[in-house]
Amino acid sequence: MHIVYPAVVSALLFSVGVYGVLARRNTILVLMSVELMLNAVNLNLVAFDVWLRDRLHSGQVLTLFVIVIAAAEVGLGLAIVLALYRNRRTVDLDHLRDLSEPADERPALLLSTTPAPLDNRQPAPALDGGRADDQSAERGGKP
Amino acid sequence: MTEAVPSYLSPTGQEIVFLLLGAVAVGSALLVVTTRQLVHAALWLVVSFGALAGGYLVLTAEFVAWVQVLIYVGAVVVLMLFGIMLTRAPIGRSADLDSGNRPVAAVVAVATAAVLVTVVIDGFRTAYTPLTPGHGAAKELGASVFATWVLPFEALSVLLLAALIGAIVLSRTDIPGSPPDETGGH
Repeated sequence: MHIVYPAVVSALLFSVGVYGVLARRNTILVLMSVELMLNAVNLNLVAFDVWLRDRLHSGQVLTLFVIVIAAAEVGLGLAIVLALYRNRRTVDLDHLRDLSEPADERPALLLSTTPAPLDNRQPAPALDGGRADDQSAERGGKP
Repeated sequence: MTEAVPSYLSPTGQEIVFLLLGAVAVGSALLVVTTRQLVHAALWLVVSFGALAGGYLVLTAEFVAWVQVLIYVGAVVVLMLFGIMLTRAPIGRSADLDSGNRPVAAVVAVATAAVLVTVVIDGFRTAYTPLTPGHGAAKELGASVFATWVLPFEALSVLLLAALIGAIVLSRTDIPGSPPDETGGH
């Protein structure tokens, strides 16, 4: 087996994952793309373990560890996404702009964000009057 | 590792099988990141991970292949499907799955692929190993995990426990002292 073959397949998988992370808006789809990138790394680890004929099998053992860490990451990531959905009624990454600079925010994006109870530690942007309307409008729009 | 490299023009059966599986994996991964239906993305992810597990089998890493099938196809994708259902995502075709920076993302991905493939082909053109089965069996891997890598293994179990507790704490809403659930009042 030429090692180039798994290495090239893994490089292509990784770039597909990069595209998914950058281009998708849904948070769960971004998590899926992260999984694709992790799998590309796993393929590399297995291929190089086989190539170097490691007596300790460090490549394959590290692959097992990466799989376990990916499972933990997906569990935690989905818990975060669900908490986000409970608070905001959306998992759309383009609408989650609370940590961006206020100067960058265009009025349309600012109006479409709904404040959560968790972030009342930070100074609130000056939009207190419109909050209730935004929330009810957004919730009515997304049943 | 240093013996004479066979020609690329006469691939062995193993290489042909691996390349076909790799093509399936990359193709279904492309469908994962381009499909317009959220549930189909999760199902194409199953195909991609399954093809990768087949690739591990061809590379004689049997145990990793079965772990891949069990954990990725069995657990991770099911968890993703749960996430899709619980966030009440649109089941059918939806137009707003891609953000506005799609062309930029395509450029970055193509550039990444070009750089990586060029470097990899340039660096490992002469790397060749004959595949001898048995080196990735559960017996050998288990001996290795529980002899050499037992400390990271135990650390990983603590990490899994921490992730479990974290996921429970994050997804419960009735923990005393936590901020009140905003959606409950509406």
